[in-house]
Amino acid sequence: MTRIDASSSHLSYLDSLAYRDSPIHRLDPRVKLITTLLFIVCVVSFAKYEVSALLPFAIYPLILLALARLPPGYILRHLLLAVPFALCIGLFNPLFDRATLLHVGSIGISGGWISFASIMLRFALTVSAALILVASTGFDSLCLALARLGVPRPFVVQLLLLYRYLFVLVDEAMRLSRARAQRSFGRRGMELSVVASLLAQLLLRTLDRAQRIYLAMQCRGFDGEVRLLRPLRIGGRDVAFLTGWTAVLLGLRFLDPAPALGHAFGELLPW
Amino acid sequence: MVTQALVAVSDLRHAYADGQTALDGVSFEVGSGEKLAIVGANGAGKSTTLLHLAGCLLPQAGSVRIADLLLCRENLPQLRRRVGMLFQNPDDQLFMPRVCDDVAFGPANLGLPAEEVNARVMQALAVVGATHLAQRQPHRLSTGEKRAVAIASVLALSPTILLMDEPTSSLDPASRRQLIELLQTFEQTLIIATHDLDMVLDLCPRTLVLGEGRIVADGASAVLLQDAALLAKARLEKPLRLQACPSCSGAGARPAPGPHGLNRR
Repeated sequence: MTRIDASSSHLSYLDSLAYRDSPIHRLDPRVKLITTLLFIVCVVSFAKYEVSALLPFAIYPLILLALARLPPGYILRHLLLAVPFALCIGLFNPLFDRATLLHVGSIGISGGWISFASIMLRFALTVSAALILVASTGFDSLCLALARLGVPRPFVVQLLLLYRYLFVLVDEAMRLSRARAQRSFGRRGMELSVVASLLAQLLLRTLDRAQRIYLAMQCRGFDGEVRLLRPLRIGGRDVAFLTGWTAVLLGLRFLDPAPALGHAFGELLPW
Repeated sequence: MVTQALVAVSDLRHAYADGQTALDGVSFEVGSGEKLAIVGANGAGKSTTLLHLAGCLLPQAGSVRIADLLLCRENLPQLRRRVGMLFQNPDDQLFMPRVCDDVAFGPANLGLPAEEVNARVMQALAVVGATHLAQRQPHRLSTGEKRAVAIASVLALSPTILLMDEPTSSLDPASRRQLIELLQTFEQTLIIATHDLDMVLDLCPRTLVLGEGRIVADGASAVLLQDAALLAKARLEKPLRLQACPSCSGAGARPAPGPHGLNRR
């Protein structure tokens, strides 16, 4: 399987997860979106050296993962795929911030390493929450939620079309790639100029397709606004989910239960 | 002879930006409820003609009239309520995230109330036998399913004229046969641009043969599609069922079309 094939099937699988049935899947997408955004805001709002206060936030993705019956391995693999981006952001912290902030036994730990750990933890929490949101809601339902929450229509239309034609673009790229592979021998046919030519072809085909799609939209009365008529209803469960998690997340953010939890955990230990 | 022209195209001319002439004085009329095939080689002007009838292109010279509406920028909104266009590639036509959203796209743009839009969606999907696909995502459908949904998305607008560009391309034989049988049930005016001459024999009593942007012939499909010289001139071939079968002397071939160009089965 080529890399393009693999990416396409990963995306399809993520899409298919949204069609499962679970208490989380049945929630209104707006409620899930708002809760996840609140979670992300809470997580990223801590000071740069904060680590212990972030740990209790893991309950949100863990509980959602369990209730939505999503495969943890899949979420973890996709989390790891994005690790290089987080590494790029935090990697230089230990080099530039060498002031010792913490002693574990006789080992001094610099502020750079603590902020690096904090970045990695925030990354793991926020990205896993976002992945769970998409996997339990579906991209199109999220776009619908964005539209109903007042996000500008052109932005939502762009997202919808981007997602719809991502699969078509991947198919197109796969066909071009196979056609090149069929007539490439050894390292010949892999030159940069050939890759540039393939990308140019892809761009031209995309432009042509965009023109045809626009014509098809015009033929059915497109006036700049996409009207999604799917009903969304917020019920008792949605309100309970939103208020419950809002209380928990704000509590974790402002009451900082980590020391108390640590102390209670310490009391439980036999030594 | 057309008694009451629903579509009237007069001396239509069109050249693309690169200077290539696509239509060079095309004139024809189509009556209400008539089923017309437009055939010709690649680049003969079939799709360009359809794009004009759908209002996607405006005449550079000549005129197009749909019922009492002259094709011009001001009349486009009204014209698009009457004309539905099925594009060659269903992926170009199905741009919404789910099938039901796509079929609802046109009626919603007409400003119809939600209940009527939903009723039209279910009705259109039922006509093409795709009710079970309503919640599916277009990129997960087979080509035949995509084609059926694309037809539903046009039918939901209740157009009086249906334009179809190569509707049977990329379909497997069973899906193609299903589509033909579906189109046979339509009462709307049907204008089909195609290379599938066997389908023409099944569906369209009248054929327009285009060549290099001009009308080469206009007449009964049963007659024109028998004319080997005309077809060769238009870079076409006789439909398979009209070609003598060398191994069975035509015994196993489908019956020749009746006097109106339609098979009586």
